[in-house]
Amino acid sequence: MTAVAPSRARRVAALVGRARELGIVVALALVIIPTALVNPRFVEAQGIRDLLLNASVVAVLAAGQTLVVVTRNVDLSVGSTLGLSAFLTARVFADHPDVPIVLGLLVGVGVGLVCGVVNGLLVAVGRVPSLVVTLGTLHVFRGVDFALAQGTQINASNLPDDLLDLGNGRLFGVPVLVLITLAVVAAAALYLRSYRSGRDLYAIGSNPEAAVLAGIPVPRRVFTAFLLSGTVAGLAGALWVARYGTVDAAAGTGLELQVVAAVVVGGVAIFGGSGTVVGAALGALLLGTIASCLVVLRVPAFWQQAISGALLIGAITVDRLLALRLARELRGRSDHDA
Amino acid sequence: MLERFARWETALVALLVLVAVVGQIRTGGAFLDGGNLFYLGLDIGEVALIALPLTLVVVSGEIDLSVASVLGLSSAVIGELWDAGWTLEAILPTVVVLGAVCGAVNGLLVTRLGLPSLAVTIGTLALYRGLALVVLGDRAVADFPASFTEFGTAPVPGTWVPWPILLCAVLAVAFAITLHTSSFGRSVYAIGSNEEGARFSGIRVKRVKLTLFVLTGAMSALAGIVYTFRFSSARADNGVGLELAVVAAVLLGGVSIFGGRGTLGGVLAGVLLLGGLRNVLILDDVSTEILTVVTGLLLLVSVLAPALTARVRTSSTGRRSP
Amino acid sequence: MDLPQEQPLVVLDRVSKTFGAVAALTDVTLALVPGEAHALLGENGAGKSTLIKTLAGVHRPDSGRVLVDGEEARFSGPADARAAGIAVIYQEPMLFGDLSIAENVYTGRQPLRAGRRIDTRAMHAHTAALFDRLGVALDPVRPARGLSIADQQVVEIAKALSFDARVVVMDEPTAALSAREVDRLFEVVEVLRAQGTAVLFVSHRLDEVFALCRRATVLRDGEHVWDGPLDGETPDGLVRRMVGRELSALFPKQDTTPGEVLLDVRRLTREGVFTDVSFQVRAGEIVGLSGLVGAGRSEVARAIFGIDPVDAGEVRVGGRPLRLGSPTAAMAAGIGLVPEDRRQQGLVVDASVERNVALASLGRLSRFGLLPRGAERRLAQDWSLKLRIKTARLGAPAATLSGGNQQKVVLAKWLSRKPSVLIVDEPTRGIDVGTKAEVHRLLSELAGEGVAVLMISSEMPEVLGMADRVLVMHEGGLVDDIARADATEERVALAAAGRPGVAS
Repeated sequence: MTAVAPSRARRVAALVGRARELGIVVALALVIIPTALVNPRFVEAQGIRDLLLNASVVAVLAAGQTLVVVTRNVDLSVGSTLGLSAFLTARVFADHPDVPIVLGLLVGVGVGLVCGVVNGLLVAVGRVPSLVVTLGTLHVFRGVDFALAQGTQINASNLPDDLLDLGNGRLFGVPVLVLITLAVVAAAALYLRSYRSGRDLYAIGSNPEAAVLAGIPVPRRVFTAFLLSGTVAGLAGALWVARYGTVDAAAGTGLELQVVAAVVVGGVAIFGGSGTVVGAALGALLLGTIASCLVVLRVPAFWQQAISGALLIGAITVDRLLALRLARELRGRSDHDA
Repeated sequence: MLERFARWETALVALLVLVAVVGQIRTGGAFLDGGNLFYLGLDIGEVALIALPLTLVVVSGEIDLSVASVLGLSSAVIGELWDAGWTLEAILPTVVVLGAVCGAVNGLLVTRLGLPSLAVTIGTLALYRGLALVVLGDRAVADFPASFTEFGTAPVPGTWVPWPILLCAVLAVAFAITLHTSSFGRSVYAIGSNEEGARFSGIRVKRVKLTLFVLTGAMSALAGIVYTFRFSSARADNGVGLELAVVAAVLLGGVSIFGGRGTLGGVLAGVLLLGGLRNVLILDDVSTEILTVVTGLLLLVSVLAPALTARVRTSSTGRRSP
Repeated sequence: MDLPQEQPLVVLDRVSKTFGAVAALTDVTLALVPGEAHALLGENGAGKSTLIKTLAGVHRPDSGRVLVDGEEARFSGPADARAAGIAVIYQEPMLFGDLSIAENVYTGRQPLRAGRRIDTRAMHAHTAALFDRLGVALDPVRPARGLSIADQQVVEIAKALSFDARVVVMDEPTAALSAREVDRLFEVVEVLRAQGTAVLFVSHRLDEVFALCRRATVLRDGEHVWDGPLDGETPDGLVRRMVGRELSALFPKQDTTPGEVLLDVRRLTREGVFTDVSFQVRAGEIVGLSGLVGAGRSEVARAIFGIDPVDAGEVRVGGRPLRLGSPTAAMAAGIGLVPEDRRQQGLVVDASVERNVALASLGRLSRFGLLPRGAERRLAQDWSLKLRIKTARLGAPAATLSGGNQQKVVLAKWLSRKPSVLIVDEPTRGIDVGTKAEVHRLLSELAGEGVAVLMISSEMPEVLGMADRVLVMHEGGLVDDIARADATEERVALAAAGRPGVAS
């Protein structure tokens, strides 16, 4: 109970929080510098733009996923939600070329919102582990996607030019998609940091039992987290259409693994309760950058998935080891204080 | 608890009969035809093989989502080693050992570091599949000798039972004896119901769990062998998404996702029901996408139903005691 | 009952609550008035925590009313109770370890600024101001993880202050505190009381009750047995009201002649938990291990049994060194442990009675790894007769048994292994009086048969009545070793408070 001990704990906590973001920056440097030496074009303006563009879809999804993971849940259905939203958005634009761009994008967002509501209801009301629920809805949403698509593909030629311009456009030299990604990340970060219901999400993940005793409406908050994750995935689906121009029912298959990897590598604790949206976005950037570097270094793209998986495992292992060490240190210290 | 499962399993058997009857009617008697049953058997072989050890894993309160990736990795390794000139007699044991190693990695991360199996196996789901791609890329190796591929495609002579199903039946008996009548099985249930209580009773919780993950890895590799020979094709993307069917079958069979409850008989009924339903739908020319939707919905129903009935029951008898 | 003159802030009016077949509270009435500290007394299992959780809005009463300011209130959850101005501080506060102290204080009520954003700076300032009022130095910005229990309680009290709680309920707040921390807590409570807050204080330590409270309510077996002013009451009188019988009648330990040393603990240390603990237990001896909750008693038991690792020291069983860190090794050496938390540690409550009884004997029951049909049932039948376990069927889940019968199942699980050393941790917590006496007789018989018994207990009468010797722990160290003849309530309590050998 001296003034020294608390401020030390505060410093340690701050250090651990910052160490992760610093670690990602270092990792980014370690990946980018050798690649840039091999191919200097990698760090020119266009190279950087591509890098950011490639990471943007996963970063958007990771922002939504962070909301879910801090509550000690997981949303595995985001890839399928993205696929379904992408296909339906493209369908709307192809069938109604005159529809305003924003309205069309809102269709995608709406599809994602519905998917999020389904997940949220099943998890929060059914009180079933989110892992199993979203493993189920992963396949259900994808199956619906395939059933609607009937094997068709929608190409850029069927889509309005305004939409494709959005996908390739720039504002002050920065791709519009990257700006949208930044906006989503900033909004999610602000929500988690500065709003009561956002802080509640951390509280729920940190100690679910105490959250109930503290009067936090736990089911409603968990529902909201899934709803937001779905909505964000829906937006990502709409952006996918704008970026790639070609959509079939398989869009975004397997993306959930990259998203979970990005979130965990970005320092969001898989046990819930801690982590930031910015960290998750940086995690997405790191994974995207590694993928881009593999291309430049002519490493077969097959390595990418293995690397994502290894990073995921590595991140949770390191987190766990750090937590164990911290706990041991705190145990030793409480003896001291007594 | 017993009553609950008697009901659940009765319902499963009733559903199985229903599926068979509807199948018979819809297909004009083709469903229970020996030839069709043979294909049904082939179709459920891998799911059944993996569901056996996964049942024990889920009863112990854990989960393994990496099974389909281990299947794919073993298939890729079979292809690569065969291309490299190994004999199949050498390859097959190697692959099973490799599967066991994959399982051991899962198990060690879960037991030694205390990580949640969900997070670990999502990671290794990506990692093992990624390694499969690294090993074989997008190549397919198909020139296996007929003497081996027949194991995946032919019936036991004189019957309509496919070889993999015979293998499954033998292993199912072994797993059922282990789970239901051995001290190891008792430990698995105790761990799943109350891990701390099991530890305080001197049960080696970590060792049991590690064993279960190793078994699951080895059996997934075995399923990879069956899969490879069934399609006469070793590919890195063999069995993508199969974890859904396996987890769905286990939960449909009445195993609680929270651990501690479930029987192997129920899971076998779950595998049959899932396979039978798929088979009927295929005979009815339903697309594979709809099959996935149906599998996903079955998974959702089989976790929701017990959760919701339990809640209805507790709310009728008042709140749970502290 | 005679109500105090002042208008009470909160009244529980003939409240009843049952869980399944167990009546936790029957017709209990309690009134809390402003500016008064009221003690709630009773043995473990008397219904105190149910009462507290009813006030906290966690439980809804089956019958009876909760009155706030004279009007009936219906709490549908903890938030409602808090809105009514009732704050509950649990023995082990439940904080959010990942969040800052300030956020823990203001969960769901953070001060806002423009755009409904949380005003972090104001929140930290408010929290610092609260700590000033309480006279403690805590950093509002640090995360709650790693705070001592005393500091966690301070955070909870600050939370109560922050929403101007008019009623503060404290559930055994001092159980895990050092003497200095208790003094500080009492100063804080005095501040609250002087401001007109009603305090409900739950404690086993009667000296604290007399120091802090003016009135008391005593519960026994879920029923209100007495309330009134503490003036003119004596600790003995209160204990008699709580127990409802004379102490001596309960504890039938026969005298035995101790034999050889069966359990020999030497300089056992687990850093930050307990340090340099050495003691011996002989055949035929019951050694009581006393001390406050959190003093490290259960932790020593867990370490001996191999649940937790140790950093230094050794344990010998029957003269042979024990491999530490492995329950299996401890069991092979002949140790049994009846743990503190029956439902979480002692039993697998969803499993049947027979499987629970057999759970520690699976190895010796099985042949080539397989269990012969009926082996578990035969074992369970045998022991349920010996211990008179009351159950409809041996195949029924252990959860359906009463607390006392559940404890007998745990005892059967260990006794069927014929242990030479039996460690029992709070062996009679939350079980009915009749079974309690049976458990005591059983322990006494075991000692008579030459088993070395180490008994951890927080119930002073149990320790004084049963133990041949009393060891006392304080803050992770063994501070006193008192022979039966010298063991008095006062001496044990003083030692537990860190002042061994002061008395007499």
